[in-house]
Amino acid sequence: MKKKPEDYSHIKGWGIDADPENEPTYPIKKYTGDDHKRLSYAKPPQQPSKVEILHSNERPGLTSVFGTSSPPSGLSGLIRRHAFTYSEGNWGHWLSLILADRINVWEGIASDLMHGYIPNIFAERGWNAELKYNRKGAIQKVVTGVLVATVAAGLLYRLTRKKKKTHWL
Amino acid sequence: MIAMNFRGPFRVRADRNKPDPVIEHPEDAIVRVTRSCICGSDLHLYHGLVPDTRVGTTFGHEFTGEVVEVGSSVKNLKVGDHVLVPFNIACGVCPFCKQELYGNCHESNPEATAVGGIFGYSHTAGGFDGGQAEYVRVPFADVGPMVIPPDLDLDDAVLLTDVVPTGYQAAEMGGIKEGDTVVVFGAGPVGIMAAKCAWLFGAGRVIIIDQLDYRLEFAQRFAQCEAYNFRSLSDPVLFLKKTTDYFGADVCIDAVGCEAAGSTLQTITGRKTLLQAGSATALHWAINSVKKGGIVSIVGVYGPTGNLIPIGNVVNKGITIRANQASVKRLLPKLIEHIRAGRLNPKEIITHRVPLEEVSDAYHIFSRKLDNCIKTILIPPSARA
Ligand SMILES: [Zn+2]
Ligand SMILES: [Zn+2]
Repeated sequence: MKKKPEDYSHIKGWGIDADPENEPTYPIKKYTGDDHKRLSYAKPPQQPSKVEILHSNERPGLTSVFGTSSPPSGLSGLIRRHAFTYSEGNWGHWLSLILADRINVWEGIASDLMHGYIPNIFAERGWNAELKYNRKGAIQKVVTGVLVATVAAGLLYRLTRKKKKTHWL
Repeated sequence: MIAMNFRGPFRVRADRNKPDPVIEHPEDAIVRVTRSCICGSDLHLYHGLVPDTRVGTTFGHEFTGEVVEVGSSVKNLKVGDHVLVPFNIACGVCPFCKQELYGNCHESNPEATAVGGIFGYSHTAGGFDGGQAEYVRVPFADVGPMVIPPDLDLDDAVLLTDVVPTGYQAAEMGGIKEGDTVVVFGAGPVGIMAAKCAWLFGAGRVIIIDQLDYRLEFAQRFAQCEAYNFRSLSDPVLFLKKTTDYFGADVCIDAVGCEAAGSTLQTITGRKTLLQAGSATALHWAINSVKKGGIVSIVGVYGPTGNLIPIGNVVNKGITIRANQASVKRLLPKLIEHIRAGRLNPKEIITHRVPLEEVSDAYHIFSRKLDNCIKTILIPPSARA
């Protein structure tokens, strides 16, 4: 170990919260005697549920309060409902939710369009900031993107042409 | 009202038509936001790494605001109070809250039992809308929120909702003894704060590791610690062993979580293909560079699925691992005392102050680490008038 310097006084408050009892698992558990009362505590009143709330199957029902943001809907909603048939320790639960999230993005775009709103994806991705603080990088990215797209289109064209040829033979 | 609106990975916008929140429970309050922050853990949502982050939700778990309405059973708050709101939503009466484990409340998140409710942090943390908006619904208003003392700066206050207590608890969980060598992985706001707080527990040497020079320079200045870029070290674990006489650090703190860089395998399995709950690179380094019998303290956010963890080394080395979401409420009185005495100066980490309407750019800047960004505060139009 590096020898500790003798004087730490230049650091404001040095050692002020040191507690020799803190070894090794601090914060030391605060025992309340309630550990085994489990569900018999005085549960706060129940928030009424006006929208669909999915709940973990590792608990009996809803918690006293919950958020009501973005209830499950559409195809992603179906997948989310399915996800909640698995417990939290199961990959089926989380991977289904991630899949639902990806589908939900497309549903979001569809919903924007249905409400007559054309999302400005350039602005939503914060590319104005990229242009302002990293103009060179931004231009490089666009150029690379266009190049990749051109090459991909070229390859696709050649492949389809070849395919057509074989077909004629 | 105007609110941040998540549209998918890397896509957010400020929408003007989000309905104002309403009282849904007798213990609710409605708060008009005066400050909200973008947190490093918001980036995990922004990058699409946290399951059940639904399109249309509003992020933001670090905010201050003025109480504009209270539910029928709220006693400690009244309309007009200016409050700071801890990121954890806690009931105050369940067995976990009674133990002051406010991050583990059993009555605020129906969607998962492992974590309690968190404002604006996906449905996995309860599906609550967050504070990157003009108004927020604050459940259990008598438990979490604290009226901001008149002598406390609003910028310090908003950082007390997460960054300061999380950094402090990271150091606290490390059980730091006088003279200990403490290594912090990650020089984001929480890592910087953890490094700073390590001194309060009597550390003898504090080292911070990151991949961005501007953050390391900032950390070095702010937390008076040694700072190293792992990109310039061929093997950070070996470096840390060498610099501790081949012994290992007494305490290692993981302040990075699921988006750690530095290992291709972890990046592919954890960040690109999501086969594990984020890349566990920082955690690997922490476990491998701590001394035998040392303590690893984790406050970095990981997703809920499995991770590839070197558990064999945990066993072989007899390491104690401590980890949790910070119990903000438990720590507030002590931290306010430290701020008053000038031992902590949180607001110095704020580098950006952005109107809420420009939230898309603010996220992009923080995510891409442009413009030397450390910490961004969003200010809604109604707080600027
Ligand atoms: Zn945070
Ligand atoms: Zn509780």
